[in-house]
Amino acid sequence: MTAALETHGLVKRFGGLVATNDVSLSVGKGARHALIGPNGAGKTTLINLLTGVLAPTSGRIVVGGKDVTGLTAHQRARRGIARTFQINQLFPDMTPLETVVLAHAAAHGRAGTFWQPASRERASVERAGELLSRFGLADVMSRRVSSLPYGKQRLLEIAVAIAADPQVLLLDEPAAGVPEDERHEILSIVESLPADVTVVLIEHDMDLVFSFAGRITVLVGGAVFTEGSVAEIAANPDVRRVYLGEG
Amino acid sequence: MTIIFDGIAYGMLLFILACGLALTLGLMNFINLAHGAFAMAGGYVLVVLTQRAGVPFLACLPLAFLVTALIGALLERTLYQHLYGRSHLDQVLFSVGIIFMAITAVQYVMGSSQQIVRLPDWLQGRVEIAGIGMGVYRLFTIAICAVVAIALQVGLVRTRFGSQLRAAVDDPTVARGLGINVSLVFAVTFAVGSGLAGLGGALGAELLGLDPVFPLRYMIYFLVVVAVGGTTTITGPLLAALILGIADVLGKYYVPQLGAFIIYTLMVLILLWRPNGLFSRAVAR
Amino acid sequence: MSAPSRAADQSSGAIPADGGVLAHTLSRPPLPLAAEIAIWIVAVGAFFVVPDRALLLNEIAILGLFAMSLDLVLGYAGIVSLGHAAFFGAGAYVAGMLAVNGYATPLPGLLAAGLAAALIGFLSSFLILRGSDLTRLMITLGVALILLEIANRFDDWTGGADGLYGVAMDPVLGLFEFDLYGHTAYFYSLSVLFLCVLVARLVIASPFGLSLRAIRGNRLRAAHLGIGTSRHLVAVYTLSAFMAGLAGALNAQTTQFVSLEVLDFHRSADVLLMLVLGGTGYLYGGLIGAVVFKVLQTLISDLTPQYWQFWIGLLLVVLVLVGRDRMSERLGALLPGRRRGVEGDPA
Repeated sequence: MTAALETHGLVKRFGGLVATNDVSLSVGKGARHALIGPNGAGKTTLINLLTGVLAPTSGRIVVGGKDVTGLTAHQRARRGIARTFQINQLFPDMTPLETVVLAHAAAHGRAGTFWQPASRERASVERAGELLSRFGLADVMSRRVSSLPYGKQRLLEIAVAIAADPQVLLLDEPAAGVPEDERHEILSIVESLPADVTVVLIEHDMDLVFSFAGRITVLVGGAVFTEGSVAEIAANPDVRRVYLGEG
Repeated sequence: MTIIFDGIAYGMLLFILACGLALTLGLMNFINLAHGAFAMAGGYVLVVLTQRAGVPFLACLPLAFLVTALIGALLERTLYQHLYGRSHLDQVLFSVGIIFMAITAVQYVMGSSQQIVRLPDWLQGRVEIAGIGMGVYRLFTIAICAVVAIALQVGLVRTRFGSQLRAAVDDPTVARGLGINVSLVFAVTFAVGSGLAGLGGALGAELLGLDPVFPLRYMIYFLVVVAVGGTTTITGPLLAALILGIADVLGKYYVPQLGAFIIYTLMVLILLWRPNGLFSRAVAR
Repeated sequence: MSAPSRAADQSSGAIPADGGVLAHTLSRPPLPLAAEIAIWIVAVGAFFVVPDRALLLNEIAILGLFAMSLDLVLGYAGIVSLGHAAFFGAGAYVAGMLAVNGYATPLPGLLAAGLAAALIGFLSSFLILRGSDLTRLMITLGVALILLEIANRFDDWTGGADGLYGVAMDPVLGLFEFDLYGHTAYFYSLSVLFLCVLVARLVIASPFGLSLRAIRGNRLRAAHLGIGTSRHLVAVYTLSAFMAGLAGALNAQTTQFVSLEVLDFHRSADVLLMLVLGGTGYLYGGLIGAVVFKVLQTLISDLTPQYWQFWIGLLLVVLVLVGRDRMSERLGALLPGRRRGVEGDPA
């Protein structure tokens, strides 16, 4: 089976600082994969490399068997990579409904449609309705995003990524700032995604990680420290020392 | 060679005129299109003082600086300071409004004709140095501008105020925490920037011409200096001003039929090539 | 920015996730339909109320179109332009030169002028994709100045500083002769404006329009949704230039004169003022702004013709200090009857 997401010897240097050091990963199709590591381990940098925010100094990125290293962020998004951001990146002047409809339409190559109203994008509108209800955003769907409380914005941030019907979904600390009881709600929505969707999760909450992930990669200092199943990682004394021991 | 020399004089003048803009833009991220209005104010101070009050030319230059700095300080305290955090669109609208008001106010008070500046005898005529004919006044202009440029560089790098200023720009919140009076630092910077424009306007009244539409006519030149030179250093705008000055004088001399076309095209090309300015440090992303 | 009534009115109740309701909510126009219809009734009715002011009305319609074209770029895509006159001027000169050289049929001339402006817009749009607000300001300003310089230099064709005289147009559609009072002119311009508003209305409600607002709101995220931000900006800038070119062409055809003033910095600044007066981002701001601007100008010019510019300047300064959003909302509230001005809560 081909991997959904692979990196080969990925390196990113900022001046003298090596933020990503020779990272080679392989995440299988439909995997629930977690990326953990102490602060500054280069987790978000890795996501930025994967999604095209940053260009790698060297190395390759392969998605669904195709090399995407040279593609821009929007080209990669069109190949089915979606992500959430650690800090909400939303459109303050738009409504949740508009945002989610657009996210779906754009992922399906219809962002440039100018000859008919967005409301005619049947599939997008229906999917948006579903997701907004699912995320408990239906009652605020026509308010300006900037007027929503943080928790709702956080949910929208994730809804937007899921609305793209991605092949690979990269979640950068989706539960950050979300109250305990809603965290599991978010994760359960993610878990209910179709089985062929590959999910990579960055998260500090170990309970969440252990309950969600199948495999875990531990990053330390920009490099892969170790990788293994949940049980292996949980039992690994070195991981406990560098990472879990701290928390 | 004389043309190059004229270009240098012109460029130095542009630098003095525009460096205040580099300060407000680079340090406060404020797009003040009305910068030229301060230069015009300096020019008119000189004209009024020399012609109506009989003040000697040399004494007028510091006065032009002081008066415009004062106007700058006043406007900064009353109006500009409210706009630092606002969108660039707001800043553009506001400063265009200031330009329009300045132009009509000057038209109303001074009339719309070109002002004539009488230079003292000792600044007139030409000298020949190393076979190059040079206007005495241009030489004088270059000298003053060079002194100002050096003073500015020293002021920014060496003095306590300079370091406070840089701290305030890097992070106003932290600077406040360190006990720096950020709003005072900004006000003084704005005043000095305006004063320099005033000085430049006074010095340049003879070379650039002075009439009420001065702020609009030279707006693009000031912006070019800053946009091309970047705002992170003093030397960037200085080099940009010199290049602009020399290119403009050369262009007008050799291909007058193209007029300002060359300058605008050059500007567009440079900005296309280096959107953040020719001499700015490369920024990530 | 300021879209009166957008999103404000529908915030309550649990909404069933029914496609029909959603589509309806989504397609809600920037202004209530009744308000839109009222605007057009007023626009047509104004002619019958003050037929002797048709020339002024014509000018308002043209400026309204020009300001609306800027709104597409500024209000929807978030690009601050100081040189939108470039496209107005290009349209005006192309329409004028065609007429002077014997191609005096209005509609083909109009279209050719719009396309010429669109071409310039298309080419210059690549210059504004990168860089900061300042870079964009400079480039837009620079493009307008370059065109001004060209128009000034090639005075054999453009008339240079003297202006282009002798623009005589054939009747519109071969039926409606242009008259001295601007009657035909007004309905001609108003029709073009109406069509452009229809097009713009469709475009901003489309996924493309949503994408533009997304790009303005957060370019990074927009790209991560799979939106080709550059391509979108090029497209909207070209469309905007096309409409600005149409406005310029209307100006040339109906006033039968083109001067360098069509490319002047003042024109770019004025149109910006009109747009922010009326409010950005809801399409009719430019039209309302043009009405306010022109009416103010006519009133003030009667008092002090030379110093009109001073009052524009003051208006700009006050507008910014008071806050554009509040100002344009107030303006909307003030238009019918003048109340709640000075008194009010001591806040």
